[in-house]
Amino acid sequence: MQKSRTLNLGTGLFVLLGFAALFFLTTQTTSRGISFGNAPHFDVTARFDNIGDLKVGAPVSISGVAVGRVNKIEYDSKVYKAVVSLRLDAKYNQIPSDSDASIFTQGLLGGKFVGLSPGGAETFLKDKDQIDQTQSAIVLENLIGQFVANFAKGSPNASSVDSTTAHTPHVMEKTK
Amino acid sequence: MFKEWWNSLSESLIAAGALVRFLFRLLINSPRAFLRMDLIVQQTYNSGALSLVIIMLSGLFVGMVLGLQGYQLLQRFGSEEALGTAAAIGLVKELGPVVTALLFAGRAGTALTSELGLMKATDQLSAMEMMAVDPIRRVVVPRFLGGVIAMPLLAAIFSMVGLYGAQLVGVQIMGVDSGSFWSQMRASVGIVDISEGIVKSCVFGIACSAIAVYQGYYAAPTAEGVGRATTSTVVTSAVVVLFLDYLITAAFL
Repeated sequence: MQKSRTLNLGTGLFVLLGFAALFFLTTQTTSRGISFGNAPHFDVTARFDNIGDLKVGAPVSISGVAVGRVNKIEYDSKVYKAVVSLRLDAKYNQIPSDSDASIFTQGLLGGKFVGLSPGGAETFLKDKDQIDQTQSAIVLENLIGQFVANFAKGSPNASSVDSTTAHTPHVMEKTK
Repeated sequence: MFKEWWNSLSESLIAAGALVRFLFRLLINSPRAFLRMDLIVQQTYNSGALSLVIIMLSGLFVGMVLGLQGYQLLQRFGSEEALGTAAAIGLVKELGPVVTALLFAGRAGTALTSELGLMKATDQLSAMEMMAVDPIRRVVVPRFLGGVIAMPLLAAIFSMVGLYGAQLVGVQIMGVDSGSFWSQMRASVGIVDISEGIVKSCVFGIACSAIAVYQGYYAAPTAEGVGRATTSTVVTSAVVVLFLDYLITAAFL
C-alpha cells in the first residue's frame, strides 16, 4: 500500500509538471500571455504619429541602456496618434521632463524599440507624465517614396539624395 | 536475387499491416482499460516519471545549443533579438516532439519491449491466457496507454526546459535583451504552433508505444528474440517518427 502511494504521488507530480509545462508554453510563449510580478516602476506616455511595428514588451533605452519596457499601445482617435505607455524602472527617476522619445529599429531584421534622449529641464519625469517631443518610426516605404519623388524631380545627384534620407526622419514634431 | 528483394518487401509490408491491426486491437481495448486506473498510473510512472531526468537534461542541452547556434546565425544579420522566436518555434514545433519521441523510444520503448518479450519468453502471457485473463487487456493495453499519456507531457517539459536553456545562453551569456527575446517570441508564436507541437507529440506517443508493445508481444520467445525485438523497437520508432513528422508538418502548412 505504501509503495502504491509513492507511485501515485510520483505519477501525480509528473502529470502536474507536464501540464504546468503545457500551460507555460501556451501562455508565456504566445501573445495570449499572462505576466507575473513587477518591480517598482512608473508609467509615462508618449504620442507618436506612426509606431511602425513596435510591440508591447519592447525595450525602452537611454544611451543604449534598457531602462524600461513598452507597457501598452493604444490609438487616440481624438488626435489621430498612437499612445504608447512606457513602464520605466523606478530607479531611473531622474529623467528630465523635456526628454524626447524616438522609435528605432534593432539591427536589420530586429524589432523596434523606444529610445529616450535626455533634455535639459530641471524637473524630472513622474508617473502619468507625458513625453511631448516624439519622433515616429522610420517607415522604409515612405523613405523610398521620397527618394523616388526626389529622383523624378530631376536632381538625381548624390547630395540631394543624401539630404533626403538624412533629414526626413529627424524632423522633430511637437505633440499638440 | 529479385526473389529475395520481393520476399523482404512483402515481409515488411506484412509487418506494417500487422502493426496497424495490432494498433486497432489496442485502441478497441483501450476504453475498458480505464476501469483499472491503477495499472495505467503505474505504467505512466514507468514510462513518464522515470524518463523525466533524461528528458529534462537533453532538453536543457538542446536548448542551450539552439541558443548558441541561433545567436551565431542571427548575429550575422544583426537580429539577435529574433533568437526567442527561433528557439521557441524550433523547440515547440520540431525539436520538442521529435527528440522527445526518439529519447522516449530509447528509454521507455525498449523497457516495454524487453519486459513484454521476457514475459512471453518465460510463458507468463500464456499462463494468463490459461487463467482466462486476456494478456492484451491486462498487460499490453495499460503499458500502451501509459506511454500515450506520458509522451505529450514529456514533450511539453522538454520544450519548456529547452526554452529555458536557450534563454540561459542567449540572454544571460550572450547578452540578448530579455524583453526583446520574450516580446518578439510572444508576437510571432501562435496557438497554431503550440497545437502543432501537441498534435505531433500525441501522434508520436501513440506510434512509439504501439511499436514498443507490438515488438515485445510478438518477440521470438528466446533471449536472442527479445534482444532483436528491442533493437527493432528503436529502429522502427525512429523511422516512423521522422516519417510522421514530415506528414504532420506538411499537413499543418
